[in-house]
Amino acid sequence: MIEVVRPGPLTTVQDLGRPGHAHLGVPCSGAADRPSLCLANRLVGNPEDAAGLEMTFGGAVLRFHRSGWAAVTGAPVPLRVGGRPAAMNAPCHVPAGACLEVGVPRIGVRSYLAVRGGLAVDPVLGSRSTDLLSGLGPAPLRGGDRLPVGRLPADAPILVDQAPVAPLPEEPVLRILPGPRDDWFTDDALGVLTTERYEVTAESNRVGIRLTGRPLRRAREGELPSEGMVTGALQVPPNGMPIIFLADHPTTGGYPVIAVLAGRDLPVAAQLRPGQKVRFRLHGGR
Amino acid sequence: MRVRRAGDAALLAEVEDLATAHRLHAAVRAAGLAGIVDVVPGERTVLIVTDPARCDLERVRARLAALELPERPEADPAPVEIPVRYDGADVAEVAELTGLTAEEVVRRHASGEYVVAYLGFSPGFGYLRGLDPALHVPRRSTPRTFVPAGSVAIAGPYSAVYPSSSPGGWRLLGRTDLALWDPDRRPSPALLRPGARVRFVPVEGVR
Repeated sequence: MIEVVRPGPLTTVQDLGRPGHAHLGVPCSGAADRPSLCLANRLVGNPEDAAGLEMTFGGAVLRFHRSGWAAVTGAPVPLRVGGRPAAMNAPCHVPAGACLEVGVPRIGVRSYLAVRGGLAVDPVLGSRSTDLLSGLGPAPLRGGDRLPVGRLPADAPILVDQAPVAPLPEEPVLRILPGPRDDWFTDDALGVLTTERYEVTAESNRVGIRLTGRPLRRAREGELPSEGMVTGALQVPPNGMPIIFLADHPTTGGYPVIAVLAGRDLPVAAQLRPGQKVRFRLHGGR
Repeated sequence: MRVRRAGDAALLAEVEDLATAHRLHAAVRAAGLAGIVDVVPGERTVLIVTDPARCDLERVRARLAALELPERPEADPAPVEIPVRYDGADVAEVAELTGLTAEEVVRRHASGEYVVAYLGFSPGFGYLRGLDPALHVPRRSTPRTFVPAGSVAIAGPYSAVYPSSSPGGWRLLGRTDLALWDPDRRPSPALLRPGARVRFVPVEGVR
């Protein structure tokens, strides 16, 4: 069992979410930066879809009541285990009674912690993820919370000492595929989107990254009949400022989507922090 | 039917109306195509989200074009009946906005034949089509910070029941004790599904 000594600014339990219920109004949710959670799980011998922690701006202090293996990935943070420095992207052993202390990232936003065995909080609709839009899943962590840890077969191996991970880009260029509603915008809108820089605002969260910059103008008035929305959609409300939908985005919406991020760039977007600049370019081979 | 790309893992099929969207939604589910993660109907669309590791989007597109749509999307045509106490905070205001009496607002709302167009906003929140055009009123200019679960409400061409307590800007006509959302309910936690028919049944306290 793991005791939350300090949760940090926002720490939630995340796995790979609850896909398959979008027609009932249930967001997919799950880790915003999925490859980072999957890597953390592999490093401790877990299945990739085991539940871990998503720490927004780090800051968590966790006491392990039983000894265990943990790994932290995603936004780079200083780590200490029992007071000694430990490495990111590597399995580390936490002795019984010791604390794992997570510092604050200087680049990126979301760091992931996997524990060998996975976090065994009660699932809702097949997932342990906290969905901040709908309120499904466990509440964000608070000081004093106790998290049960699951069990793995004894022969599930820990195979890697340290995973090489590419650094997060300072000013990412995200690839987009136009549509499905690029025809709702003026002819130059996609050109504007792919030449201007946009800035990430402080209103960004797990639902979406709100950008500010040169507005994208609509070519037609009126409301789009509500339609299904995908993760990575660049939805454009009437003020012309695009929002990139992340894991907890609403399942349907009535603002047109000018373009959708290439799936591979979603984890990059999930690490964008307020104040950071971002650019977009057309994904080849549409 | 026009099929648009929605990124590298999803297709958005556009159809002429809501009924066709529901028939296509049912047909895509019945076809059991491999690698389909989510099928989400909208007002005039069906979004098909795939796992790109498990299927080829162009193949899904070809299968979509060849699908035969069922005559009737729902196997069970019996409407969902929702008992309502019409004591909502906005009945008088809706009466004022529409020029109807409060009794007439309630009578018209309760006599409608509704269809769940699609779900969204929150788990189990169905946007119901079939509201009497005389009751089409705009949302409140300032949303309430708290609308209790079970609130029966209207806004624009829609009626809905709030499945859980949340902020909300719709006009409140009444309340139901029926659970619109129950995560432990099987087979579906949501009482309403896209394409289902709905009737509101007034219970004691009708004004």
